Amino acid sequence: MEAVSHTEVVSHTASPPELLRVRDLTVEYRTDSGTAVAVEGLSFDVAEGQTLGIVGESGSGKSAASMAIMGLLPRSARVTGSIRFRGRELLSLADSELREIRGRRIAVIFQDALAALNPMMTVGAQIAEAVRVHDPSTSRASLVERATELLDVVGIPSPATRLGQYPHEFSGGMRQRVMIAMGIANEPDILIADEPTTALDVTVQAQVLDVIRRVQERTRTSVMLITHDLGVVAGLADRVMVMYAGRKVEEGPVEPVFYEPSHPYTRGLLAALPRIDRRTARLTQIPGRPPQPGERPAGCPFQPRCPHAEPAVCGDAGTVPVAVADSHSTACVRVHEIGGDR
Amino acid sequence: MKAPVVNAQAVDGPAVEASGLVAEYRIRRRPGQGRATVQAVSGVDFSIGRGRTLGLVGETGCGKSTLGRCLVGLVTPVAGRVTLDGTDAAAAGRGARTRLRRQVQLVFQDPYSSLNPRMSVGAILAEPLRIHGLHSGRRDTRVRELLELVGLDPDHTGRFPHQFSGGQRQRIGIARALAVEPRILVLDEPVSALDVSVQAGVVNLLEDLQEEFALTYLFIAHDLSVVRQISDDVAVMYLGRIVEHAPADRLYTFPYHPYTQALLSAVPIPDPRAERARKRIVLLGDAPSPLVPPSGCRFRTRCWKAQQICALEAPALADMGGGHLAACHFPETRVVT
Repeated sequence: MEAVSHTEVVSHTASPPELLRVRDLTVEYRTDSGTAVAVEGLSFDVAEGQTLGIVGESGSGKSAASMAIMGLLPRSARVTGSIRFRGRELLSLADSELREIRGRRIAVIFQDALAALNPMMTVGAQIAEAVRVHDPSTSRASLVERATELLDVVGIPSPATRLGQYPHEFSGGMRQRVMIAMGIANEPDILIADEPTTALDVTVQAQVLDVIRRVQERTRTSVMLITHDLGVVAGLADRVMVMYAGRKVEEGPVEPVFYEPSHPYTRGLLAALPRIDRRTARLTQIPGRPPQPGERPAGCPFQPRCPHAEPAVCGDAGTVPVAVADSHSTACVRVHEIGGDR
Repeated sequence: MKAPVVNAQAVDGPAVEASGLVAEYRIRRRPGQGRATVQAVSGVDFSIGRGRTLGLVGETGCGKSTLGRCLVGLVTPVAGRVTLDGTDAAAAGRGARTRLRRQVQLVFQDPYSSLNPRMSVGAILAEPLRIHGLHSGRRDTRVRELLELVGLDPDHTGRFPHQFSGGQRQRIGIARALAVEPRILVLDEPVSALDVSVQAGVVNLLEDLQEEFALTYLFIAHDLSVVRQISDDVAVMYLGRIVEHAPADRLYTFPYHPYTQALLSAVPIPDPRAERARKRIVLLGDAPSPLVPPSGCRFRTRCWKAQQICALEAPALADMGGGHLAACHFPETRVVT
């Protein structure tokens, strides 16, 4: 165990203590055509009891980053940097030590519940297994009791009966609730929800988000909510991190990021979004498309699509975040020049 | 400038008219249990004015895609009628049917599986021209025109689908549909597979094309925000029936049907203060199986207003004023967005 340095404590007095501290995380895949960088120099913290929304489009690296935290990336992936959970470096842990944390202290809910659940086991047996793996002494009777309670917490009607059923007997929304029940079975400190409602219809999504919100209020679990849906983040997250082409481009408390976005990509994304509460004369489109992992430009990855790009400046801009306000940072080097000009 | 359009409508009637449309599928329930009939569309009436966009929304399994497929002739309705530009699609002879098919084209949701990976883009776009015997002798020129029309490089005719991104592939799908100069496009979830930053470009393209060629759109989607952006009118489907149909702004601002209200209230708004201040109508349970739809009003099993009459009588679409149709025994408007 490493003592927390004094300076660190001083600099974080205002915010709640951090649970997870990610620094300079890089994930690379070796492919036939060379090395693809999925995540590049990513740093962020998750504080106790906080919900961090991570938004980005396909290929932005948001899922790769969360899988790196869970230690669930394939062997072909090279992970460097630091992921500290309660001060312990996860990247240097042995598999056996990691297993103790994974599923117990850090749990994950996947997008595709049907693929994540075992079709050959009853739902009750799967929840019981999640509990027993980390606490083998639990009696059978208390396992059943715990599983019933968990299904009840996530709002599954007649939980005692449902325990004996198989995943295919559940609807999509109900399966996602089962996933949440398994995720919170061991009262984890962090729940990583990777696109938990993307496959669901909107009324079912509302139900599942409601469950996540209630569970979070009840257990004070920290949540990392990975989604492409800015509306979901607006309703659920305390802080937001916006990712683009493997990097963090903006991070801050929800309101400043939505109302005063400072990175041109965040601004572009919000302007491109059609909204249910109003009609825009014409959507503002972002020209071009996100770069493929192999074709990322030097410097700022958004530069080729950016209305404010200055090749001389942005071409060798690093990933260094620029602070725009208290705990709100952006990776745009021209942030002060472009100001409020959207 | 508006006058001629209004006249044309008065003379020609709507571009699309469907009445009493019923479409069914025969499915195998489980091994050994024999077959059953699912009614995907149960008596649907609507029309789309020339040059207008009707947004068709609803959740998985509500029948919206089947309805779209009835218009293009991919599904043959078991009852009811589809009239395109005043011609009854089912009653038309072979030759007339081919001409009708040319008038209405379909754009698919998945730009990955709807393009033949072994055909070049040039071949993909030339195929409909060949089938309908159009532009013979200048097909290469026409193919280049089509690519330009959808914002792609006309020099890329020799490329294959895998060399394009999702957004570009969807543009190819749109170009293919436009190749035969249709008057009506059925767009089945055309942007739902695309990322937000790419989606806006395709939505804008569809709006531009509609204006340029006076196209009529049936825009099928589950994303209610995109539908509001692009539609003149919106119809909401639930378990095979249209429950509400109104001009877009009216439907989003003053929804009458409880299902529409629940649906709209469930869509997250990317605005933290607005989103957290909203009162959400959270529906209980899941939609019932279309194999055994509830009697009377099909939404009654999840409706907080349901009374005895709702189980006995299916409410008809009734005018709430201003062409705002709703099928509810207890219609009452409520602001939810």
